[in-house]
Amino acid sequence: MGLPKIKIADLDAETLWNDGHRTIDVAASDTTVLWDSSHHEHDAISTRTFGFWLYMLSDAMILAALFTAYAVLRHNYAGAPTAAQIVHPGYAFRETLLVFSSVLAFGLTMSALKQGSRAGVINGIVVSFLIGAAFLGMEFHEFSGLISQGITPERSGFLSVYYAIVLVHGLHMVFGLLWMAVMVVQIMRQGFTDNVVYRLLNLKIFWQFQAVIWVCVFTVVYL
Amino acid sequence: MLVHLQGPWTPLIGRLALNQIPYDNPVIVGAFIFSVAAAAVFAGGVTYTGRWEYLWRNWLTTVDHKKIGIMYILVGMVMLFRGFIDAAMIRTQQVMAVGPQSAGHLGALHGYMPPYHFDQVYSAHGAIMLLFAVTPILVGLMNIIVPLQIGARDMAYPYLNAVGLWLTTVGAALVMLSLFVGDFSHAGWVGLTPLTELPYSPGVGVDYWIWAIQISSVGTTLGAINLIATIVKMRAPGMIWSRLPVFTWTAMATNIIGLTAFPVLAATLFLLTLDRYLGTHFFTAGMGGNIMLYTDLFWVWGHPEVYFLVLPAFGILSEIIPTFSEKPLFGYTAMVFASLIIAGASWMVWLHHFFTMGAGPLVNAYFSIATMLVGIPTGVKVFNWAFTMYRARMRFDTPMLWAVGALFLLLIGGLTGMMLAVPAIDFQVHNSVFVIAHFHSMVLLIAFAIMGAISYWFPKVFGFKLDERLGKRVFWYWVVASIMVFVPMYTLGFMGMTRRLDYISHPSWLPLIVLEEIGIGLYWVALYYQVKQIYVSVRDRRKYRAGPDAWWTTRSLEWMTHSPVPFYNFAVTPVVHARDEWAWRKEQGLTSLRPDRYQDIHMPKNTPVPLILGALSFALGFGLVWRIWWLSALSITAIVIVLIVRSFDSNTDYVIPAAEVERMERQGSGASGTTDTGRYPADHTAGKRRFRAARPQNR
Repeated sequence: MGLPKIKIADLDAETLWNDGHRTIDVAASDTTVLWDSSHHEHDAISTRTFGFWLYMLSDAMILAALFTAYAVLRHNYAGAPTAAQIVHPGYAFRETLLVFSSVLAFGLTMSALKQGSRAGVINGIVVSFLIGAAFLGMEFHEFSGLISQGITPERSGFLSVYYAIVLVHGLHMVFGLLWMAVMVVQIMRQGFTDNVVYRLLNLKIFWQFQAVIWVCVFTVVYL
Repeated sequence: MLVHLQGPWTPLIGRLALNQIPYDNPVIVGAFIFSVAAAAVFAGGVTYTGRWEYLWRNWLTTVDHKKIGIMYILVGMVMLFRGFIDAAMIRTQQVMAVGPQSAGHLGALHGYMPPYHFDQVYSAHGAIMLLFAVTPILVGLMNIIVPLQIGARDMAYPYLNAVGLWLTTVGAALVMLSLFVGDFSHAGWVGLTPLTELPYSPGVGVDYWIWAIQISSVGTTLGAINLIATIVKMRAPGMIWSRLPVFTWTAMATNIIGLTAFPVLAATLFLLTLDRYLGTHFFTAGMGGNIMLYTDLFWVWGHPEVYFLVLPAFGILSEIIPTFSEKPLFGYTAMVFASLIIAGASWMVWLHHFFTMGAGPLVNAYFSIATMLVGIPTGVKVFNWAFTMYRARMRFDTPMLWAVGALFLLLIGGLTGMMLAVPAIDFQVHNSVFVIAHFHSMVLLIAFAIMGAISYWFPKVFGFKLDERLGKRVFWYWVVASIMVFVPMYTLGFMGMTRRLDYISHPSWLPLIVLEEIGIGLYWVALYYQVKQIYVSVRDRRKYRAGPDAWWTTRSLEWMTHSPVPFYNFAVTPVVHARDEWAWRKEQGLTSLRPDRYQDIHMPKNTPVPLILGALSFALGFGLVWRIWWLSALSITAIVIVLIVRSFDSNTDYVIPAAEVERMERQGSGASGTTDTGRYPADHTAGKRRFRAARPQNR
């Protein structure tokens, strides 16, 4: 690391918000290092997880737009059943418990990952997967019930946005479950390589994100 | 759940039918013959020179950010040409259809395009110019320049970068396909509701518009993630935030907009898709839909999108003007803050696109004031550029001409924008061509900046300059053409001419409309000289050979490596000591590009997966437009499978040994004639006080 021979840190404080042409007043000396000869690698895991945080931000914006639509259309019943008639907070509360348990199971998966326990990670993912699948089963039951009563999204603006918002969260769940299944196979075949570890970390972010969405759905739509 | 459609539908080919191909319209048949001929010439040329393998290995499967950037710009240029043809068609229709006596041709009552066709042309013009021409070109420029300016080897996610390119290309390809198979949207580039709803637009035009934009904007969002992560994570040692070049800062600001705004568009189009495919009621006129919800959501994306386009243009000006003023940019800090403030303010002004909605004086006043506030950081920028040029030793090479021209356009567009920010004025000129002239001034400013950027960075990417004499001629034709088209348009706006007219009932407007048509003719002349410039420059490229520091007074890091840039960018990662590192090194006489020793370089491998994903997305888009459900399901399943299979591939990188790097460096520098780059041509060394005469360094 021949790098800090001229004191870059001191330079920073002095030049941080100075006017343009005063910043280049540092003279080079014989010890100035022009090329970085340290063999440094960018930290792949941190770069990948940072990118995934950015992706989550974009996903959050999609949901922000959907919740905006919900706020505008929530009372547009157009003669079709109202929210009070079709929404069951008790049922949704049980779904909420499933979402939280699945996230908890995934949290335990992460602590197994810290200990490098392959069996612990795989078991944790399988448990999160099963609880997540149970949630989707409850949701399927709820919506097939509505459709069988003829309460379909094309009957009113409210029903359109109700279906859209709940099912977009459901789609996130489906995608997360698929991701979990792939990760189990990858861990078994490749072990904890850099690629596998950053994907597990991103999956954790994603899984907690869908839980956050569900909390919003539960509070705004069901309560 | 699926809606009932007008017209035939079969499971095998969906809504496709032979009569969807408009073979009876001579305009479209002409366009088709031209496109096929162009494709045939291209394919023939590649076959004749035996370059298919070269094309596949070096371009189609590449993950090199420079090549991806070049392909982005090529896609954008093709679409810019298409958008320009649309513009010429609009102008020609209007000049032919003035007054009740004007003749009609090709089935039109007046002019040569019936209203339905005319509506598609202006909708395509807007969508193409903003989303498939200017956006890809700017993304391409950021792709090429940002990693070089921060001393990185590539983007943070090279593979994702290629995916973004191919998704954007798929969007452009769908727009082009809509010309020959089916229709394009006739509801304006903004998608006016409820006109975009199925009962009013039963054809496939709106579906083409939806899926082209939807697929390409996924690409833009992924690209935004990539650029932000690159700037945050991949900077060379010493490249602290306060030394980041202003173009990279604007790229940062613009991609923060892209990352946050494009998902809103995706959600909006998704809801419109549900309306059109499943019969929901988000934006319908009845049944609990809300038309203005669409307009609000669209412009919540639409206005940030405008600043998504203009901020990189500001960044380009901030690079070109100091270089040709031969001094540092005035007010770096103010420039950076202004960029970020514009990015933030872009979220607070969307309602000024529809002051006439009837939201009431309080809402209008808020958005009016917010809009005017945007003028403050923009004004700061203009003054900074002006002070950079003040008492400078200015040179008017082609890039500088474009940059100064852009400043005048910014002044015109900005001041008319301030007028439109006043609701009382907006009520008078809403939906008039005054508004059209205003935003064309702004988009032309972006186009001028792009033209400047291309002539400025061309030698960096290709190793030779574009011909200056022809470049200046192109510039002056653009200037005169823009005046000829848009001064009459501003005037006509004040006279009450509304936008999107296929027939003009006031014969007294004819002289001004003729002037606009002459202006379009001048753009054609500019296009001719543009093509000639490229032809001449490529032919005489030895004469135009440029060294690493192509303009001799450049300042930032991208000029500190060879031209053309080797695929690994920098043989050894540079250490940064100053804002404008390259200018600092020239001042210190440290201009040798040869490091003490070379090192192994890690590079990503080429991969065909992004191209495959692009092809599958095209099939998906086509299947969804024509409602061919088996094709849509098949391609989406295939996309998921390809993604999963790729995730099992851990062999995605390779290493170039240090000895190999050294060999390539010696060879490359031998070819371009120099590794010491501080030499100025004789006429530029005279009177240089700030730069010590460069001396050869053996460090």
